Amino acid sequence: MTEIRLVRDELLPPAAPPPKRHLISIGDLTRADVERLLATAESFEQSLDREMKKLPTLRGRLVVNMFFESSTRTSSSFELAAKRLSADVMSIKGAGSSVDKGESLKDTVRTLDAYDPDVIVIRHAQIGAPDLVARETGAHVVNAGDGKHQHPTQALLDLYTIRRHVGGLDGLHVAIVGDVLHSRVARSNIQALALMGARVTLVGPPALIPRGIEAMGCEISHDIAAIAAADVVYVLRMQRERMLEGANYVPSLREYTDRWGVTPERLRPGQKVMHPGPMNRGVEIDPRVADAADSLIETQVRAGLVVRMAVLYDLLTRGPVEIAARVAEEVA
Amino acid sequence: MLWAKEAPKDDLVVRSARVIDPVEGIDALLDVRVDGGVISEIGLNVDANGHRVVEGRGLVLAPAFVDPHVHLRTPGREDEETIASGTAAAAAGGYCAILAMPNTDPVVDSAAVLGSLVDTARAEAEVPVGFLAAITKGQVGHELTEMAELADAGAAGFSDDGRPVVAPGLMRRALQYNAITGRRIAVHCEEPTLSGDGQIHEGTVSAELGFAGYPSVGESLMVGRDLALARYEQQPVHLLHLSARESVELVAAAQAAGVQATAEATPHHLVLTDEAVRSLDANLKMNPPLRSEDDRSALVAAVRDGTISVIATDHAPHARHEKDVPFEEAPFGVTGLETAFAALNTHLVEPGLISLPTLLERMSAGPARAFGLEPPRIAPGSPANLVLLDPRAEWTVDQACFRSRSSNSWLLGETLRGRVRMTVASGRIAFQP
Repeated sequence: MTEIRLVRDELLPPAAPPPKRHLISIGDLTRADVERLLATAESFEQSLDREMKKLPTLRGRLVVNMFFESSTRTSSSFELAAKRLSADVMSIKGAGSSVDKGESLKDTVRTLDAYDPDVIVIRHAQIGAPDLVARETGAHVVNAGDGKHQHPTQALLDLYTIRRHVGGLDGLHVAIVGDVLHSRVARSNIQALALMGARVTLVGPPALIPRGIEAMGCEISHDIAAIAAADVVYVLRMQRERMLEGANYVPSLREYTDRWGVTPERLRPGQKVMHPGPMNRGVEIDPRVADAADSLIETQVRAGLVVRMAVLYDLLTRGPVEIAARVAEEVA
Repeated sequence: MLWAKEAPKDDLVVRSARVIDPVEGIDALLDVRVDGGVISEIGLNVDANGHRVVEGRGLVLAPAFVDPHVHLRTPGREDEETIASGTAAAAAGGYCAILAMPNTDPVVDSAAVLGSLVDTARAEAEVPVGFLAAITKGQVGHELTEMAELADAGAAGFSDDGRPVVAPGLMRRALQYNAITGRRIAVHCEEPTLSGDGQIHEGTVSAELGFAGYPSVGESLMVGRDLALARYEQQPVHLLHLSARESVELVAAAQAAGVQATAEATPHHLVLTDEAVRSLDANLKMNPPLRSEDDRSALVAAVRDGTISVIATDHAPHARHEKDVPFEEAPFGVTGLETAFAALNTHLVEPGLISLPTLLERMSAGPARAFGLEPPRIAPGSPANLVLLDPRAEWTVDQACFRSRSSNSWLLGETLRGRVRMTVASGRIAFQP
């Protein structure tokens, strides 16, 4: 791959490199960007049903996945998305890598940057790790989750799911239920839904709704009955590690479930339910809700694949013009 | 209480500078002559006596600054700062005296550690430096240090800065016992179960970015407690690096009630708010954190009206590789000695938020008085502690411009107005670029 590049580089006249685009926060996107990404994902949807699912689009490109935090669905989804677009994929896990030997994130990135990757996908337990990576690499950086900050591709796949299975986002009412304080999924979704004109209500115990978050453009309720008014109920994972002795965000998981668990009785018929996974069945979500026909949870996973294909494609092919047409052509 | 290396005193004349000394009530274009390190004459067309003449036209000559809150990282982290480099940075920032905090490794909690610092300062300090000793052994909040012995060995005051004295009963004992030392106790006000693992101010920015928040009540609750103890024991107390409006209100109320409380604010808390943290730059991570615009404006008003009489940098050097990490992993603290005047001149004086004489007073006489030191003054017979400033000179802060061993400044890349042209400390020219 390196040799091919060298030949090509010699042939091309030198030009100033365009500013690198990254996807670190939903705040990096305009409404038009989101529309374009969702449309691109839609075009990729058709490829999922073909026998030959691979597209040649990103052949010869290198995508490096750096997952410093455990992940099943996000890491597998990014890996498959890159492979479906024929990119080369390298996956680095925190455990078993030089990070274990005390290497700093900066040095790890500089080392990997020597391979000249086109995209670095990073998940890290700390807020701002993707920004640090973006400063040290020439690649496009995609944030696959940084601490409690952002998880933009999750929000995009949620928008995609809602639009396909519920309807238009403008004016839609979404209730986000549970531990907003510790949730990057909630932060990205609040921003993304507000960007697309949806109304967002956060529902949960007082200590798990961060002080000041209404400034992001959402309403707050501590009463689970507030979910009845929403078109979509988005359930957040209740992280058991937050329930350690002495934390006291809520007195007990039992009381949490009793007060804020999403049960069939608390939902209207036909109300759609989403969850970013992994679920704690019987804690934040009743198993009957998780498995009901109105649950979009498995649909979200499938949406994750095409949305991440769209993100990689968009960053590497650059420019909205003709994207949809070109994708449609390749898919055909 | 203050030590510097032995050096010959200087003779000089500064001609036609705007001499501002808020203590002496001077603000006029004058000449100042220094003979053998002592101010000998102030007036018009002062005889040069054959001394070297420094042209002061267009410049401001003021009493040099005093910073009572500096981390010199010695002993233990001499890679980050030494007494030589930290005092050189102080001289470059216009300071004629600084006080160093005892949260070193080992902690300055015994006369032996203090003695070794004094010896080093006598050998290498560019400007006089004093050392605060810890309130509690190891700064862990269990047992008082031998405060009387430490005071005899030259401790300039006592502080567990970096952490609070958590137990109210122990804080009370420290205030009681300190009555015999005649030194000041300086307190870092933080209620640890409220600050928790907080990374930034709790508010709209922490909510949006996802950082654990350190609420302002985590500071003000402890400010209230320490003021109540100082009032009960009728002992003076100095409150370090205030950041919250509620803290300022408590100090004002206590001062009105007769409590001998002094308070300080840092340049970064006076200039920035938590909005700046959106950049996720670890050079904006400090304890206490940058707070809201409402808090910042309360601090500025308190500096203006004198409720806060001390501007201190909380100069906290950190190795570059330790700050070049994701925000949450980075240590708290930023440098400030070499940028304090320029930052405040640019952001507070030029926009008209406080006057230049007030700023000069809060950086010099205010801090000196809070720690029982003689305020630097421009008066015949006083030792020459002078700073010559060019308030209009523009410069850009960059990694390479520091005399400090560390460059974790919150101002990197910023263009400021205000440069130190000369610092005279204890009668000796300590800095002249």
